[in-house]
Amino acid sequence: MNPERRQLLGWGAAAAAGVALAPGLRLVELALARSPEEAASALKRWGLLIDIAKCADCDACVTACHDENGVTAHGRPATDPQWIRKVSLRDRHTGFAQTLPLMCQHCEHPPCVDVCPTGASFKRADGIVLVDKHTCIGCRYCVMACPFGARSFVHEPVSGQKPDVPRGKGTVESCTLCVHRVDRGETPACVEACNRDGGKAMSFGDLNDAASEIHRRLKHEASREIRADLALNTGVRYQGL
Amino acid sequence: MTRIAAGILAAVLALAAYAQAPKFKIERGEACVAPTGEMRRDHMEFLLHQRDRTLREGVRTTRFSLKSCVDCHASRETGSVLGKEGFCSSCHAYAAVKLDCFECHTPMRQAKATP
Repeated sequence: MNPERRQLLGWGAAAAAGVALAPGLRLVELALARSPEEAASALKRWGLLIDIAKCADCDACVTACHDENGVTAHGRPATDPQWIRKVSLRDRHTGFAQTLPLMCQHCEHPPCVDVCPTGASFKRADGIVLVDKHTCIGCRYCVMACPFGARSFVHEPVSGQKPDVPRGKGTVESCTLCVHRVDRGETPACVEACNRDGGKAMSFGDLNDAASEIHRRLKHEASREIRADLALNTGVRYQGL
Repeated sequence: MTRIAAGILAAVLALAAYAQAPKFKIERGEACVAPTGEMRRDHMEFLLHQRDRTLREGVRTTRFSLKSCVDCHASRETGSVLGKEGFCSSCHAYAAVKLDCFECHTPMRQAKATP
């Protein structure tokens, strides 16, 4: 493509953006709002950007997630379900310590979906990786396949579920990116809690939307995927790792 | 004589059927999302299709959502669609059909939607 043509296309895109936007209306709101009748769109890809330099030594995200989704523990860490956890890293030579929240990375090519024998593990059009518990048989292949250890098996009977978050014994579950909140145009509970009570380290948005904050930051600032060597193209990216 | 005996037998059977018939209250609303006959016959189909649309495609219309069923039909006393005279469980017990929804979904009405 010659430079003149590229310039012209650039002006065209700028003009289109100007026409589409009324004063005071940002693309973020347009992107977040979706009517209940409308299916999730493949044009979007929801993701998180987590700046570890700002990640405080707290667990606001973990508490908020487990409150929002009704994930209760029984005081048995080996078998209690866990949707998000704080991981501590420490450089053996320098002693430099870091902490980061780890949850389902919402991969573009999720290994959990590849191995699921019933099709229960699936990726929604907008990139959110979920478990369809109606078809999950509890085989736990996905738990083994996930390189991030993000999935949990529900070992014990569950009661007092949240209306938006059904959970039951014998199925596998993990971070849903708070899909029920995202569909209402809200941000995930962990992001909200981090920006309210924590170090303001987490941000949420549409990775495909050129006007979104998260897209801009990923384009102009350094970030990393965990286990980038696996080429899964994760939806959760980290800075300062 | 046989006619009278048959009449008595029919009456006894009708009484027994009435005594055993499921008892439940509709609880709320003038009309359901579809005519009663259709709901009785096809509610499981509606719920099945809605569940796939909601979970897999992200379509969150409320007409056939299980959450909406519970919000209208949960008992005023217990707040639940289960229990002895619960809207769902009473019929399912009578028809001897296993009810799987509430293994995972909450049978309780959302706290805010009480009136």
